[in-house]
Amino acid sequence: MTTLDTNRPDTSGDGRGPIRSTPRSLTGRSHDKSAPSLLFLVILWSSLAFGLIFLVVLIGVTFVDGLSRLDGALFTNYTSAFPERAGARAALLGSVMVVSLTAVMTIPLGVAAAIYLEEFAEKDKWYNRLIELNLQNLAAVPAIIYGILTLAFLSLLGVFRTNIVIGGAMALGLLILPVIIITTREAIRAVPGELRDGSLALGATRWQTVWKQILPSAVPGIATGTILAISRAIGEAAPLLLLGALVVVTYDPNGLMSGFTTMPIQIFNWAGLPQAGFHHLASAAIIVLLGMILTLNGLAIHIRNRFSHRW
Amino acid sequence: MSVNLTTQGPSSRTTGPEPAFNASRLHHRRRPGEAAILIVLRGAALLSVMVTVGIIAALVLPAVEFFREISFGDFLTGTRWAPTFADQSFGVVPLVLGTLWTTVIGLCVAVPFGLGAAVFLSEYASPRLRKWLKPILELLAGVPSVVYGFFALQFVTPYFLRDFLGMEIQPYNVLAAGIVLGVMIIPTIASLSEDALSAVPNALRDGSLAIGANRMQTTLRVVFPAALSGIAAAVVLGISRAVGETMIVALAAGTQARMITDPTKGAQTMTGFIAQAATGENPVGSLEYNTLFAVGLLLFVITLVINMISIALVRRIREAY
Repeated sequence: MTTLDTNRPDTSGDGRGPIRSTPRSLTGRSHDKSAPSLLFLVILWSSLAFGLIFLVVLIGVTFVDGLSRLDGALFTNYTSAFPERAGARAALLGSVMVVSLTAVMTIPLGVAAAIYLEEFAEKDKWYNRLIELNLQNLAAVPAIIYGILTLAFLSLLGVFRTNIVIGGAMALGLLILPVIIITTREAIRAVPGELRDGSLALGATRWQTVWKQILPSAVPGIATGTILAISRAIGEAAPLLLLGALVVVTYDPNGLMSGFTTMPIQIFNWAGLPQAGFHHLASAAIIVLLGMILTLNGLAIHIRNRFSHRW
Repeated sequence: MSVNLTTQGPSSRTTGPEPAFNASRLHHRRRPGEAAILIVLRGAALLSVMVTVGIIAALVLPAVEFFREISFGDFLTGTRWAPTFADQSFGVVPLVLGTLWTTVIGLCVAVPFGLGAAVFLSEYASPRLRKWLKPILELLAGVPSVVYGFFALQFVTPYFLRDFLGMEIQPYNVLAAGIVLGVMIIPTIASLSEDALSAVPNALRDGSLAIGANRMQTTLRVVFPAALSGIAAAVVLGISRAVGETMIVALAAGTQARMITDPTKGAQTMTGFIAQAATGENPVGSLEYNTLFAVGLLLFVITLVINMISIALVRRIREAY
């Protein structure tokens, strides 16, 4: 097989820093036809196919199961003791409300923290390294722990009816904050240093450089990471369980202190009931939830492919 | 727009240790607002530390209350978990074993399939194919865990395990929960392993190919060992995800805290117990309420240790290349 591929871009470039190289000499076509090699390739193919087939089966089965209940009543009715009359109206509104509030509270905080860590912090100071280590850890803390934290915080404030919109938004916000900080930092880090140097050389201050040069250039990356974090928040149920969101809600949530339920919690609730009618309902609700999440994921991928710069 | 200001040539900014510019020399021009902005930004960054302190305080204080009544040794070594029975018992071993079952089964699924997908994407797929396949694979991580749990309960157990494979299986069992848990963490393992494999310099591949090895030999004997610590970090992070996952096990693994020797039976995990206890009515400060925090603390400590191992492994590859 050919190994001397002169077209391969020299990604090692100036030899600085870690290299993320793409093996151009190893493209899709193999000239190596020996039996072990082919078997190896088949194994690799099937491990990739396994995940994809699983995803297709999951979506297909859910669709078939839930199609009969994917009707108007699903969107307009509140949940009920009778599966044929029940709907996910309160859960849909609850999800939209809690996740919007989560986004409003978390995105500015996360972006601000990322700007500080990337552009202002002196990286060899011990406290900044501590923040760094801490962030990596927080991103991998189980979601349910954030529910415990929020529960404890609310009872510290003397709030004992914890199933409230602001509480849910806080739990989900704490959960996705590290994700937003980490992805925003990566987006900022991808902006080339020449841009900063140029701006500073023209007399801009550091903040002016960040605000007028770096942030606008990093927006596609920040948007991608943020949208993915939000779509994670939409699907997350565990921390909300801790706040007691597993209750029957038959009213629209109408404020920060209003009780609420969300789509994943409603699905969890229906899935645990014995009647088959509720399982179809849960499948229908899953289709709606997956629709929301796939749309957001698609949007994130679109932004990444369409707007990301090649410096 | 800043976009027009790009210079040519390769990116000079990499993940290396050098800061973007030397901060101390740029203080010639001050604006009154800058210092205030810096304080706000620093506050936002410090919030993440406060969250950690908050987590530890929130877990430790009620857990201390708990350990005033139940001895630490009994908790960690006791083999009967029955906090709500009249004859109470607080031995956490059954919950830990339940978590171990689902995690190990999950890894049996996620490690081979995740690594296979990573090797294919990194070493065999053309850039165009990779651009399509990677986002689709990552959708697996985007599916909410409650959806996986529902799928395990309603499809994997009755149709796949019972009807298709003909297994004698309980409606709630750790096998189905573990399998879907494994599928959920495939993208975590695949994505991070692919990063580790792609970070292996091409010089190593070219050298191997030049002395006559084929692609399979190059991948297995040169690239894979070179990326091993990154791959290990990916697997370790996958373990941490599996241990902390709640909704799948709450739906599909069952709510009986018992020690099982057969994965076709149900068993409660640590997270499953927390989820179940949270939906009950336990007054703040009661022993039942504090139990939740004691198990939460144990879960947090376990995942913290696992995460630190993963971070240390990632640091090692950064040093290597």
